[in-house]
Amino acid sequence: MNPDHHVILRVTGKFLIPIIVLFALYVQFHGELSPGGGFQAGVIIAVGVILYALIFGVVDAMKRIPPIFSRSLAAAGFFIYGSVGVWSLINGGNFLDYDFLVAEGPEGHWGQHIGIIIIEIGVLFAVAGSMLTIFYSFAGRAPEIDDEDW
Amino acid sequence: MADPAHIASSDIELSVVLIDIGVLSMMGVTAIAIARLRSLFALVMLSGVYSLLSATWFVIVDAVDVGFTEAAVGAGISTALLLGAMLLTVRTAKEDKPWKRLAPGLVCVVTGAVLLYATIDLPGFGDPDSPANAYLAQEYLQRNYPDIGIPNVVTSILASYRGFDTFGETGVVFIAGVAVALLLGFGERSLSATLMNKKRGKK
Repeated sequence: MNPDHHVILRVTGKFLIPIIVLFALYVQFHGELSPGGGFQAGVIIAVGVILYALIFGVVDAMKRIPPIFSRSLAAAGFFIYGSVGVWSLINGGNFLDYDFLVAEGPEGHWGQHIGIIIIEIGVLFAVAGSMLTIFYSFAGRAPEIDDEDW
Repeated sequence: MADPAHIASSDIELSVVLIDIGVLSMMGVTAIAIARLRSLFALVMLSGVYSLLSATWFVIVDAVDVGFTEAAVGAGISTALLLGAMLLTVRTAKEDKPWKRLAPGLVCVVTGAVLLYATIDLPGFGDPDSPANAYLAQEYLQRNYPDIGIPNVVTSILASYRGFDTFGETGVVFIAGVAVALLLGFGERSLSATLMNKKRGKK
């Protein structure tokens, strides 16, 4: 069979995947103002990579984003979230009390802003990494979708 | 002279009701199709369609955050993950005897009737005096900006007021990933084994 019979899929995929990831970053960093946040952004990034894996093959996707990177990303995200809590503990507040992250007056909101941004990045890493790990676990066992399957 | 504002609002309500009926009936048709089909590929795709329709409906009832999450998780990642999981099994579900469907069908009809009966007691849509809108929600809306200083109340509740909750949820997602990887393997080794088997088979 002609190896390049998915050429339309490949071309549109190459065009769409960067936009999907860019949209995920918008969702992530605009989450304070509009719907969205780390969870949705992480899922969207994972979907972008999974789309790449479906179009170009799991072997190729695993070369670009190795499974060890995805699972380390998940662990690092959870660790980042937890370390924000420990940081506020060290500064004399309760666990995850963002008001204690930076020294400021009672009217200041920098602690809240910084805390929310960092924990959202932690959520992004944890969710994107976990979803990719799950996908790789499944896809590693049946790497290709045959044309007859559709 | 008719009040123009009144006419405009009733027009909007009519169009919203029409869109509601359209989306909900499409969801119903999709659900019936899901219940009747046997091909797993079509089932996975239709469940993605169902999630996308319910996300649309969440947006119509002004639950934008829920709709967004449903679109990303229900229509996006779970469809892709179910596709991956389905490749590990057979492609069509077993045909079961018609009389075996009787008991589940009865359970569905009775549960649906009970739920419909329960909707009679629900407060009206967007009712400001309903318990869900009156007490804690008002408090959050009033305190959010002086407390946190960001305009999106949903984010400030999830990330700050209930940061501990969200910490637990992130942990649950992480643990789910670890659990699947522990059960099925991380993927690289089984992938290379599969590829080796394929090569051997071709020779």
